[in-house]
Amino acid sequence: MEFSELIRTGQAQAELLRGPEMPPLRGTLCVTGHHLLLSPGPQATPDLWLLLLRSVDSIEKRVAGDAGTITLRCKDLRVLQLDIEGVEATLDIARSIEALSSLESVITSFPFFYRPKGLRLGESWHFHPPERYYKRVARETRAWRLSEANEDFSLCPSYPRAVIVPRTVDDDALARSARFRQGGRFPVLSYYHAPSGTVLLRSSQPLTGPQKRRCAEDEELLQAVLAGARPGARGFIVDTRSAQAAKQARMTGGGTEAKSAYPGWKRLHRPLEREGACILVHGAEGTDSTLLVTSLAQLILDPLSRTMAGFQELIEREWIQAGHPFQLRCAHSAFSHTRPKHEAPIFLLFLDCVWQLGRQFPLSLEFGEGMLLALFDHSYASPFGTFLCNSEKERCLCEVRTRTHSLWSGLNQPKEQRKLRNPLYAPNPLAIWPSVEPQSLRLWQGLFLRWTHPPEPSEVAWEKVWQIATDQEKTEGSQPTDSASEPQP
Amino acid sequence: MSYLSSTHIYPIIVENVKLLDRYVGKKPANGSLYLTATHLIYMEASGAARKETWIALHHIATVEKLSITSLGCPLILRCKNFRVAHFVLESDVVCHEVYISLLKLSQPALHEDLYAFSYNPKSSKEMRENGWKLIDPISDFGRMGLPNRYWTITDANRNYEICSTYPPDIVVPKSVTLGTVVGSSKFRSKERVPVLSYLYKENNAAICRCSQPLSGFYTRCIDDELLLEAISQTNPGSQFMYVVDTRPKLNAMANRAAGKGYEKEDNYSNIRFRFMGIENIHVMRSSLQKLLEGTGISPGEFLSGLESSGWLRHIKAIMDAGIFIAKAVKVEKTNVLVHCSDGWDRTAQVCSVASILLDPFYRTFKGLMVREQPIPNSVIPDVNHCLSLPLFASLRCGHLDGDSKEVSPIFTQFLDCIWQLMEQFPCAFEFNENFLLEIHDHVFSCQFGNFLGNCQKDREDLRIYEKTHSVWPFLVQRKPDFRNPLYKGFTVYGVLNPSTLSHPFLQQAQGLSCFASPCIADIISISLAMEILTTRPPGNSLSLIGKSHLAMVYNPLNMLLHSVGYYIVEDFCIYIHKAY
Repeated sequence: MEFSELIRTGQAQAELLRGPEMPPLRGTLCVTGHHLLLSPGPQATPDLWLLLLRSVDSIEKRVAGDAGTITLRCKDLRVLQLDIEGVEATLDIARSIEALSSLESVITSFPFFYRPKGLRLGESWHFHPPERYYKRVARETRAWRLSEANEDFSLCPSYPRAVIVPRTVDDDALARSARFRQGGRFPVLSYYHAPSGTVLLRSSQPLTGPQKRRCAEDEELLQAVLAGARPGARGFIVDTRSAQAAKQARMTGGGTEAKSAYPGWKRLHRPLEREGACILVHGAEGTDSTLLVTSLAQLILDPLSRTMAGFQELIEREWIQAGHPFQLRCAHSAFSHTRPKHEAPIFLLFLDCVWQLGRQFPLSLEFGEGMLLALFDHSYASPFGTFLCNSEKERCLCEVRTRTHSLWSGLNQPKEQRKLRNPLYAPNPLAIWPSVEPQSLRLWQGLFLRWTHPPEPSEVAWEKVWQIATDQEKTEGSQPTDSASEPQP
Repeated sequence: MSYLSSTHIYPIIVENVKLLDRYVGKKPANGSLYLTATHLIYMEASGAARKETWIALHHIATVEKLSITSLGCPLILRCKNFRVAHFVLESDVVCHEVYISLLKLSQPALHEDLYAFSYNPKSSKEMRENGWKLIDPISDFGRMGLPNRYWTITDANRNYEICSTYPPDIVVPKSVTLGTVVGSSKFRSKERVPVLSYLYKENNAAICRCSQPLSGFYTRCIDDELLLEAISQTNPGSQFMYVVDTRPKLNAMANRAAGKGYEKEDNYSNIRFRFMGIENIHVMRSSLQKLLEGTGISPGEFLSGLESSGWLRHIKAIMDAGIFIAKAVKVEKTNVLVHCSDGWDRTAQVCSVASILLDPFYRTFKGLMVREQPIPNSVIPDVNHCLSLPLFASLRCGHLDGDSKEVSPIFTQFLDCIWQLMEQFPCAFEFNENFLLEIHDHVFSCQFGNFLGNCQKDREDLRIYEKTHSVWPFLVQRKPDFRNPLYKGFTVYGVLNPSTLSHPFLQQAQGLSCFASPCIADIISISLAMEILTTRPPGNSLSLIGKSHLAMVYNPLNMLLHSVGYYIVEDFCIYIHKAY
């Protein structure tokens, strides 16, 4: 195994400081291919302290006398300090961690070796196939169809094999539209809003360029969207960039839809009031802010996406399958010294927005803060394969589905539920419009101060909420109750 | 003079009034405005629920009449509980009439015009009198184990001869003579002699309070030195006593020139002297003004407004002082004597915060009420801990038309401190945020007698106990609304040890602005924001806090959200409901 070449020292004696509220740990420190281990020694408890090397964001070493100190800053914002006996040992361990934590290769990463008890490989990758959602929409509306034009990823390398498009547009037209959009990301359906019969679409920017090129098939596609929606429906193109940035993009070959070429559609660079219209969302590449906006919109509108299963499905469909480049964006986190320009906490931004929603509507989300924290942690470093690679195409090449475990199967185990679920959940059939007044937005302490605040008070509170909710269920089970607890925002 | 001014016939009714809502997508409601002798009531004309908005006239801080617009004549009310109501009336003449009436009614010139003197909840005389007896501060001293072999409760101040702003009963060391107490009082500003505020039964460490000494540069007072020595000796387990001056050192030194000042360590045996750096009432007042001005704009402006208001820095200073005292009592097992200038604002705040940290009793309904009890027997004046409120309730809260320089949000800050603690220890308090809000409302509503007058003597002179009702029975009745469903009981938490570390709140919420607008900053700038957010100062960040960053996470006491976060409030109520 090639890891052995990177491991310079097998082990050393060390003391680990984990933060202001935690007692230090002493024992034997050991670097393996994927982990940093601290074994407290035979006399103490057999509990191992374990850190996935992938989650190390930056490493600092200092030596003084015959001892050294390594400070590890992790992608989950934790800061760890290791006091190690021996200068050589310190330097060797630091070098080993440095090398192993920044391995680029996907197929040697830990998910390909992780074989937990109780889970069988390959059985859970069918938890949330987007095709299921697309088929349902196609069935309900009759205006949309599932296309396999991208079966070999030739139209768009960052889209999944199956996409959903207007029924009246054929695969050849899709191919032409794909050539007119950056990265081949032609407009596809993101969400069908049944109550108003309108749809949410996403794409990348059109390649109009300085010559103001047009593409007849692309125009037809958007025309077909309006024709398939409820009669008289209008369309809005929400460009997530500022008007000026969109204009500048034209110089580099990008741009925006020309008003005259897309009758029935209106372009905007600002948020919309509530009205029943079709929406196409895009920024530049259509893999970042675009997904952020479309997935948030669905959480606000769609009660199903606020359930545990629905939320997982949403992330699978609107982030993972939709081609958010997790590997590029989450390669490093806040502490990294180098700052590759592809790296950005877009997904964290989404999770924070969901947290704000959950705080404003404490009853309306089936999942709790624990779920959001888990998603944050796993998107940056995980034993599961779900967030590996940048697109479905890459995941197929690496055989992620057959050779790693799915995060969803890990999270859906019964033992995880008390941590992840919101005990106060009561299904809310309405749209949940959040307040975006500056006073209404708060710092997500549970994430940003997770390692600096003592955890007990909030853990105790969470337990108490569970207890109240469980007790209440018991009493409700014995006598019928009214449904007065439905939120009415 | 009767409360109803003879020149007006009530209620005044105005039809076709709009109440503007700041929320996007919400059309202004249309309804009627009723001006009664005590409240301004707005009733929506349509809608299933016919929403009603009640504003107590005493809550109104300012009334503003703007120039006429296409919608009509705007009338803006700003309330002391931070509500802002924006009405639009049809006719300029009517608007002016309402404006003039409100100006007159919202700030009566005499105590007798306050609502409390006309409020009649249809309860018998006996119930009213029992209401005043509901909370008995003397029994709290019993709970602390007083009197004991070191401390005695004396009614030496029964005629307010020692100190006019103290209650009749005070707790002083058993070993000193009345002459020493009187002698020391002559050496203290406003005669506020050192007396006991809280005794930590477990180790005999006491928190005492007083005002600044009239020491100037050289003056000494043997009686005062004797009294401090005696206080120190009530705790044989400790070799010294802290004397805490809650003011910034500079302010205290300036007072020296005026013949006041602070204790010189050399003149007293075994005292350790500390400054706490809490600003005075004028700084606090302008801080609150800035805080309120800064609300309701873009996230960036809101946060920089919040920071520049300094409000959180002040809250932090008060909490840090409280924590210092609590630790001195619990860990170092020493007595602490606390004062500021007159000993009725900052001193009250920090003594109250310290006792809430130390004693789980004050985190219950009964305990908080005792702490806030401004009345009779409370040995320590204002405050009985709390709040300066009692003492200076009338002045600090601006009930009467008077000197606006004396108004200061001392009590609001105290409630904010409790709120901060509730945020950090969600299971440690028997009551919830609504209870704090309700108390805050009643401090200004003047519906009950508790918060009228500036001290015990004032309240007796005004015959408050004979003519008005007490707020506590009223709140006790509504206890189910105010209960914290997460409360884990009296015994679970002993001494609270809150964090007052800072963190750079500002960058965070800029990253969040995407929530309000799909124009998302480009990915690089978001990464930078996140980097700044997570780069915390190494080690103890206290020095940094003083210079710039916000002291604590802050959601301005939800009071601010009265007018802002209607979703939140509703969903929160459902949450409480469901919790039962």
